[in-house]
Order: sequence, then structure tokens, then C-alpha cells
Amino acid sequence: MRGEAERLGPQRAAVSTAWASLRAVYMIWRRDLLRFWRDRARVLGSLVQPLLFLILLGTGLSSALRAAGGSTFAGGLDYQHFIYPGIIGMSVLFSSIFSGMSIIWDRDFGFLKEVLVAPIDRSAVAIGKTLGGASQATIGGLILLILSPFFGVHLGALDALELVGLIFCIAFALTAVGVAVASRMQSMMGFQFVLNFLVQPAFFLSGALFPLQGLPAWMTPLTRIDPLSYGVDPIRRVVLSASGLPSPLIDRLSLTLLGQPVPILLDVGIMLAFGAVLLAIAVVNFRHQQ
Amino acid sequence: MDETVVETRGLIKTYGRVEAVRGIDLAVHRGEVFGFLGPNGAGKSTTISILCTLLSPTAGQALVAGYDVTRQPGAVRARIGLVFQDPSLDDQLTARENLEFHAFLYNVPRAERRRRIDGVLEMVELTERAGSLVRTFSGGMKRRLEIARGIVHYPEVLFLDEPTIGLDPQTRNRIWEYLHALRRREEITIFMTTHYMDEAEQCDRIAIIDHGQIIAQGTPEELKAGVGGDVVTVTTRNPALAADEIRRAFELEPAVDGSNLRLEVADGASFVPRLVRDLTVPVSAVTLSRPTLDHVFLKLTGKAIRDEEVDQKDAMRMMHQRWARRR
Repeated sequence: MRGEAERLGPQRAAVSTAWASLRAVYMIWRRDLLRFWRDRARVLGSLVQPLLFLILLGTGLSSALRAAGGSTFAGGLDYQHFIYPGIIGMSVLFSSIFSGMSIIWDRDFGFLKEVLVAPIDRSAVAIGKTLGGASQATIGGLILLILSPFFGVHLGALDALELVGLIFCIAFALTAVGVAVASRMQSMMGFQFVLNFLVQPAFFLSGALFPLQGLPAWMTPLTRIDPLSYGVDPIRRVVLSASGLPSPLIDRLSLTLLGQPVPILLDVGIMLAFGAVLLAIAVVNFRHQQ
Repeated sequence: MDETVVETRGLIKTYGRVEAVRGIDLAVHRGEVFGFLGPNGAGKSTTISILCTLLSPTAGQALVAGYDVTRQPGAVRARIGLVFQDPSLDDQLTARENLEFHAFLYNVPRAERRRRIDGVLEMVELTERAGSLVRTFSGGMKRRLEIARGIVHYPEVLFLDEPTIGLDPQTRNRIWEYLHALRRREEITIFMTTHYMDEAEQCDRIAIIDHGQIIAQGTPEELKAGVGGDVVTVTTRNPALAADEIRRAFELEPAVDGSNLRLEVADGASFVPRLVRDLTVPVSAVTLSRPTLDHVFLKLTGKAIRDEEVDQKDAMRMMHQRWARRR
């Protein structure tokens, strides 16, 4: 034993910082997924809320609308079918925010210190945490995609692939918000505040539960500055067109900016730009922490 | 043995108007176990945080493993290991996973990662528990794992901030066995803070810090020799009167500490009988002892290291840990 230790001796490979940071990002991401996998009960638990919305609220309102109007929600579209993309957005939103909370836990239980004193660039912490959270949120969304046939949504393989890509982009942007907020925050209590005053309004204003056209004048701008609106919109476009809805009807149910329907690429661009800004804020915050 | 591996010059750290560290000069030699001894709030943790690049000093300079802690923090971090006062493990991961995470972050080459992790696990006798979640570990086991983690990447200096705080005496002794074993096995310098005098005795050299300043530095023997001769402690119900009598009869200046009087004399064995004969005040006990670091500290600061306060803090820490585990 002794001889071995002496032979190895103190040695440190000279590695470039960029490479070391990439490795650190990978390791922090991997740890998040390991914990995610260990905590499968929580993963299932996090699906309860979206499923309640889909099954109970979806079915209830579908029936109510049918009874009231004698027809379906819009042009042969079921309400449940309409909110399905919104509920995917909701699931991603809440699971992204949870990643922010995990940073505060790490701070509380000391593990964050172990990461912050390592000889790595602090940006790796922010990026690794964001990618880890985004991956977890994407897995949640993926499970909802797999369950889609139960809600009358039928997707082709290519549609599903496109959706996974979209969900990851949205998850990345929203997790960056959670990480940026958590990078400044010391206590769980503060996070509760954020949850109630940012996350809930973001959900209700995102168009997850109702179309964002024809709203009162005070409400429309709020829905347009809600980043989640640009996340729900592309998912809905893909889901509805996969279901064979005519595109004028899809445009009528989708997000508009200055009266024009927003193309999917613009949605994604806005989402990613938003995520990049928040990630940059998180990086700066982590770098200045002592 | 003479090469300096940790060096500070005029280190100062102030928080607003509070001066936590007031001009510290230290020199730690390669390969030694260096103890940083002092009561809580003396500036130990602040100093160690500066050396580990976690805090930047207000003034002064600190070099660790040849690098400046403020100008080359990355180089310093790569060359040191750290065991914090509070736990910093991921308790949802296994012991091995915690070590793998660390080894990867500190660039231990892939070829030796596994062997190195096996080696440190064996050193702290956690080989059998390598695959268990840290959540299931006792406080002592967690501390051992943290020591193992601190050395996975072959650091030149291992910093330990109160490594035995909150642990029972038996576990404390074991931690010390590991530290001694570690020094025999690897070329490493150990820098630790403690407020336990008996632990400081086990160090090669110590520095005593009080109110942000170093008041003595040397081997435990050197410091104890500074006290001179033997220490006689007299316990009495009337310390003021007894002190008076001693002053008159022996021309000695006793240090009064509650109902105890402490005297330093060259030859305790011949002094005690004379003392007992000459005192008129009722005496309940007389103790003769060789000087300990306690006496050194008492002599230098005029007060005992505040143990009660420390115990209370320990109790709170343990409560916090219990709460953390329950989560």
C-alpha cells in the first residue's frame, strides 16, 4: 500500500481550463441525473399535477363546453386536446424550477461548497446545473409524450422527435431562470416567494389553458412578456398540425405578435435568447460568490 | 523539512469595523502537521478560508504551495485538499460516487482514478461501505469520508477546519490515527485548526491565535518550556486572601481563576509542602502538574480557552446535522 502511494506521488496533469470546465459540466450534469434516477418516486410524483390537469380539468371542461355550446372547443378540437401542449409546458416549468431549489439544498447541506472550491471555472457550475435540470425536465415531458394516445393525441415519430427537441430548448431556458434565481438566494423561504409570484402567473399567462387571442387589453401584453408563452406555442403548433388541423385554425389558437402568428423558429429563438441571458446572469453570480 | 509550503505576511481581514485577522505571519514547513489553536472567534476559520482562496484578504499576502492565493487561486485550489467544519458531502450519493465526483473535478487521470479511490477508502476503513448511500453514515464515518475525499487528488497541503468538532472522544482518536497514517503514507502537509488542547499536542508545530493575532508559535514542547517549571493549582474558598498570603510568603504572583490560584514554580515537589505549611486559609485541594498547552494559553492570554461556549456550539451543530439527516 505504502509503496504504491509513493510511486504514484503527487502528480497533476496540466489540462487546459476549457477542457477542465467541460469535464466539470459533464460531472455536475451526471450527478443531477444520478440523483434523479435514485429519486424515481419524486419523478412519478411530479407527474401527478399535470395528469390531474389533463384528466380531470381536461375532461370536465371538455364536457362542460360540449354541453354549453352543443359542440366542441374549436373546430372539432377537444379542450383536453387543446391543453395537452400547455400541460407539457407546465410540467417542464415546474420541474425546471425544482432544479433551482436543488441548488439551494446543495447550499444548505454544504455540497455546493465542495463544487465552488474545486479548481474549475464557476461557469461550469451554472451550465452543468442548467443542463442537468433541463435533462430532467425533458424526461418528464417525454413521459407525457408517451402517454399522448390516452388524451386523443396521435403523433408520428418525426413529430415526437421535433417535440423532444422543442421541450429541451424550453426546459433549458426555464431552468436557467431557476438557476439564476437560486444563485442569489440563500433560503428556501425566498424561493417559495418566487414560486408564488413568478411561476404561477407565468403558468396562467402562458396560454397553457386558453388561447391568447381576443383577450382584454390589459392582459395581452402580460401574456406576450411571459417567456413560457413562447414555449407553449411551438409545442401546440406541432401537436395540432400533427393532429391534422387546418393551419388557419391553428393560427387562430396560437400566439401572435403585432397581429402576426409567431413562426416556430422565432418562438425557439426568443426562448433560447432568454435562456442565454439568464444563464449569463447565473454565471456572473456564481463567479462572484465567496 | 525546511521548505516552506504555506506562508503569510501581514495577513489582515476586516469586516466593516471588525478586525477578524490582524496581521498574521505564518510559515508552515513541508511535511509537518501544523496546528492552528485558539478559541472560537479568534480568527482561525477566517485565516484558513483565506488560505483556501474562499475569502480574499483585506491586506497582506499568503502563499500556498508557492502560489499567491489572491492572484492564482486556481493553482492553489488544484494543490490543496479541504475538510470543512460542516459536512459537505452529497448524502444521496454513495461514498464511492462522492469520491468519483471529486476525483473527476480535480483531474485525477482516468487510469488511476479507481485505484486511488480504493486506496483512500481503505485508509479510512470504509471499503465495505463504498457502495452505501452517505445518508446512512454516522457523523464519524462522514468525517472519515471527507478526509479521504480531501486527499484523492494528491494535494500538497490538506487543510482541516476543526476536523473533530462534534465527534465523541473515541471517534476523535480514530480520526487522529487516520491523520497520522496519512502522513506516513503520503508526502503531505497537514494544516488544521482546533480548539482542543489535547489535539494540538499531537501536532509537530502550533501557532496560538487570539483576537486575530498570533501570540505564540513553536513546537508544543517549546511553548510549554516557555511556561517554566511546574504548575501548582490551589483550590480554596477564599482565593483573594490566599493570594495575599502567597504574595507575602513566597513573593510569587498567582493567577486567580475563580476559586483556583495558579502558580509557576521551578520545583513543584519541594514547593507544595512549604505552601501547605504556610497558608492559614483553608485549602480544599492542591494540584501539581507539568505545564500543558492549557497553561501556555492561560499564561499568554490570562484566560482559559472557553470550553463551555464551544460545547454549546457543538450541540447546536449536532442538532443541525440531525435535522439535516431527517430531511
